[in-house]
Amino acid sequence: MKKVVKFISGGLLILLVSAFTVNKTISDGYKIGDVAEDFSLKNIDGKMVSMADYKKAKGYIITFTCNTCPYAVMYEDRIVELNKKYAPKGYPVIAIMPNNIAVKPGDALPEMKKRAEEKGFNFPYLIDEKQSVYPKFGATKTPHIFVLEKTNKGNVVKYIGAIDDNYKDPSAVTTKYVEAAVDALLKGNPVPETETKAIGCSIKV
Amino acid sequence: MKLKVLFFAILIMASCSKVKKKEGLSQLAINESVQKKTQIKNNDLKIYDFDGFEKFLNQKDGKIHVINFWATWCGPCVKELPYFEKIHETYKDKNVEVLLVSLDFPHQYDSKLKPFIKDKKLKSKVIALDDPDMNTWIPKVDPTWSGALPATIIYKNDQSAFFEQSFTFESLEKEIKPFLK
Repeated sequence: MKKVVKFISGGLLILLVSAFTVNKTISDGYKIGDVAEDFSLKNIDGKMVSMADYKKAKGYIITFTCNTCPYAVMYEDRIVELNKKYAPKGYPVIAIMPNNIAVKPGDALPEMKKRAEEKGFNFPYLIDEKQSVYPKFGATKTPHIFVLEKTNKGNVVKYIGAIDDNYKDPSAVTTKYVEAAVDALLKGNPVPETETKAIGCSIKV
Repeated sequence: MKLKVLFFAILIMASCSKVKKKEGLSQLAINESVQKKTQIKNNDLKIYDFDGFEKFLNQKDGKIHVINFWATWCGPCVKELPYFEKIHETYKDKNVEVLLVSLDFPHQYDSKLKPFIKDKKLKSKVIALDDPDMNTWIPKVDPTWSGALPATIIYKNDQSAFFEQSFTFESLEKEIKPFLK
């Protein structure tokens, strides 16, 4: 839980950390340009998955999502489409479920497996069992997307944010942020919009 | 000049008395039937896009505004709602105004949100914000907000604090207290 409070009074900026805060919380996570550490997380088939497994990838569309958040659910089909379109071009989707399953039993591995089958997930759906990966990324909610580019110095964070600009109506979308980012990276161009905001469900700790 | 001032004074007095009259009338209606009041309230869910909503973030009226972004489908939001209700109960006479801004999906206003407001007998003012272009409006609420729910803003005139977290009654009251001074 993010318990960092920004209190702005006049020109004074004071950072207050609430008494309940665990030390790790000023985890703002990766910024654009940071190198993301690889992970090894359990997939719904029981196998462990890392970014390094994708030898031919040019990058990754890391998607923090879950079964129980209505926003995440609204984007499921669009995530499937993203993988369909970009995995062959070298940018596969890797989905990670970050919630504490004690708080959200509907996000437990068997439930994840069920949902993935129902929706025809064509990408790995991993569970962050120790809840140690999402804080490194600085993911705060589902859905929350991180586009990484594989480079000589590692997997560099190139885009953080939403999939597009209309959660409720795919046909009313005017900007597909993730697609724009990946398209730009594939052409060797700078990402047009590197960070976007969207409403989501806070990650359950 | 003097005439002008007099004119404005009369105008203001007139408009004031008009407002009072209105309040009196609605008060009467409330007394008339509690049942009716709930019905009116439920039918009266005000829905805003961000342009319409923005005024609630900038009311420089000396009041302490506690604005909570929530949704019926958001577990931690529903859990902390009673604390906002308690703040409303405890501090409504101390210049504190609680506003619950629902981000429920429009197709669930009738099936979920309105019944929820009724069942929980929410006393704080509830409005709905429906604006899918979130990347434009979220940073206007607060530049540090990632978009996760629940989120709360407390402000009084130019003094404000933003919280992307859940509250207990105590932790919420603690954040409101500095504004009461």
